[in-house]
Amino acid sequence: MTQPVLSVRNLTVEFPTRRGILTAVQDITFDIMPGEVLGVVGESGAGKSMTGAAIIGLIDPPGRIAKGEIWLGDQRIDNLAPDRMRKIRGRRIGMIFQDPLTSLNPLYRISRQLIETIRTHLPLSQADARKRAIKLLDDVGIPDAARRIDDYPHQFSGGMRQRVVIALALCADPEVVIADEPTTALDVSVQAQIIDVMKEICAERGAAIMLVTHDMGVIAETADRVAVMYAGRLAEIGPVASVIKNAKHPYSQGLMGAIPKLGENLDRLVHIPGSMPRLNAIPQGCAFNPRCPQVFDKCRTHRPAASEIEPGRRAACWLYPEVTEA
Amino acid sequence: MLAFIIRRLAQSVLVMLFVALIAFIVFRYVGDPIASMVGVETRLEDQEIMRARLGLNDPVIWQFLRFVGNALQGEFGISYRLQQPVTELILSRLPATLELAFASATIALVFGLTLGVFTALKPRSFLTGLVMAVSLIGVSLPTFLIGIGLIYIFAVELGWFPSFGRGQTVDLGWWRTGLMTESGLRSLVLPAITLSLFQLTLIMRLVRAEMLEVLRTEYIRFARARGLSQRAIHFGHALKNTLVPVLTITGLQLGSVIAFAIVTETVFQWPGVGSLFIVSVQVVDVPVMAAYLMFIALVFVLINLIVDILYYVVDPRLRVDGGGGGK
Repeated sequence: MTQPVLSVRNLTVEFPTRRGILTAVQDITFDIMPGEVLGVVGESGAGKSMTGAAIIGLIDPPGRIAKGEIWLGDQRIDNLAPDRMRKIRGRRIGMIFQDPLTSLNPLYRISRQLIETIRTHLPLSQADARKRAIKLLDDVGIPDAARRIDDYPHQFSGGMRQRVVIALALCADPEVVIADEPTTALDVSVQAQIIDVMKEICAERGAAIMLVTHDMGVIAETADRVAVMYAGRLAEIGPVASVIKNAKHPYSQGLMGAIPKLGENLDRLVHIPGSMPRLNAIPQGCAFNPRCPQVFDKCRTHRPAASEIEPGRRAACWLYPEVTEA
Repeated sequence: MLAFIIRRLAQSVLVMLFVALIAFIVFRYVGDPIASMVGVETRLEDQEIMRARLGLNDPVIWQFLRFVGNALQGEFGISYRLQQPVTELILSRLPATLELAFASATIALVFGLTLGVFTALKPRSFLTGLVMAVSLIGVSLPTFLIGIGLIYIFAVELGWFPSFGRGQTVDLGWWRTGLMTESGLRSLVLPAITLSLFQLTLIMRLVRAEMLEVLRTEYIRFARARGLSQRAIHFGHALKNTLVPVLTITGLQLGSVIAFAIVTETVFQWPGVGSLFIVSVQVVDVPVMAAYLMFIALVFVLINLIVDILYYVVDPRLRVDGGGGGK
């Protein structure tokens, strides 16, 4: 069996505040294989982005990794010195942010931003770095890259800017790319293009993708496996087709049921009643229990751990006898 | 770019015309110019003749146009007090004020920027707390108090610097400089520090606030995620973005430094335009006051214009040319 390129073990991220400690991410474990696309879904505030930030070592203070380990190949990276972690960011882990309009420094030509990133990580001359930058822009589908490279960010459209951002994230051929809602800020019409470009360019380079999104459609088309997060915890993880067709956790079932399907005549959109608890008010036991249609006593007192219930599938729900307590 | 400059120039001319109107009203209606010029024993008929010869009986609009016309030629009349052309008076005092203003603006800018960046990058350091606390004093203490305090400590008690005047000056044609002699430079230290202190703290606090803001932006996060070095992020990316708004304030502050050098010049007996103005106010030397008003307005308008053009140079988003894809 091949070794995972990225391995997250029992990750817990906490924010100490005046009114006690908020746990943004609790006890999350998952692996990403080389070249694999792992989708991470959940509502806003479910801890998806925080997990990505923890992996790349960019949690805003006072947040901190309170527990757990993050392994990149053979190297443990959650406890690296800032300067060594910096050399991994961009070089071995790339990151794509949500909003391409604000991800680029408006005062610098994109050539400068690309070349600067390339030369930070690779021993290339200015001229070679520029060639590489043009090639990258070409690869992400920017027409006339050799000329457009000297434009400023505001001279590109939103979709084009996100392509530039992807080129920037892939400057030094990272092994993993964390894409934090890469299409949320874009027009629906260009979302699919951006996802395609990203998937293609990563596949060519053998880079794995951790795709954070709340768009199940994107996950269904793009991901190999999907992790469903709820209130900072992992609800379910498994191959994307089987999770969509046969979700195990009642929350994922609700989530999948809420995807509108073509051809079905609905008067109303399906939704899960209630809303996700705030981080300072996560109920005892299973975090989903107040909204769960199949709740029973044990759910209100004991917290289930995401446990293997079928080969390759884990879920955190007391409905399954294999599940253990966290 | 050219259209932009022309538009800004036109606006500047409008502003100057408006200020000229105010200066004219002051000049014409604060007291009676004739009364200030003549002695008690001048006969009323002679006063009337003077009034007619000076055109003070003409329609107001005509007088105003003549005032503007004269101003354009640098003609602001004769000082009542010193019986010299006002323009000459101001020009002879200008080098002292400008040297003082630029010295203190340089101090304010260099230290304001450095301290602002430092306190933004190290928000939790003990030194930051200290600097921020001291800067509060800088903002809240009145200039004259700081000046007197500095005189007491460094001139009276320690005797390091002279307490007043400009020291020895060197004549370079029409420019009298104090920057080329030791005593001139020593004389500059205390007034320059006094004048700069307020601007320094202002710039520092502004830079700090802007920088903290910029450090929270997405493109700085993205720069970190790309693994750029701290130095490249802080000084390559954050600083330049910080400077855009700081530029405006600093430019305007330079105007204020020149305009409000009055207090500092008075405290240090600095022979500049500001002290000339104060003396003129005391004896109601209206032509000097009117000319000073025009001069300060011109300084502000010019600096504003330069700042706007600099803005244009720094921020590519303001440039309309070079289109490309666009949004």
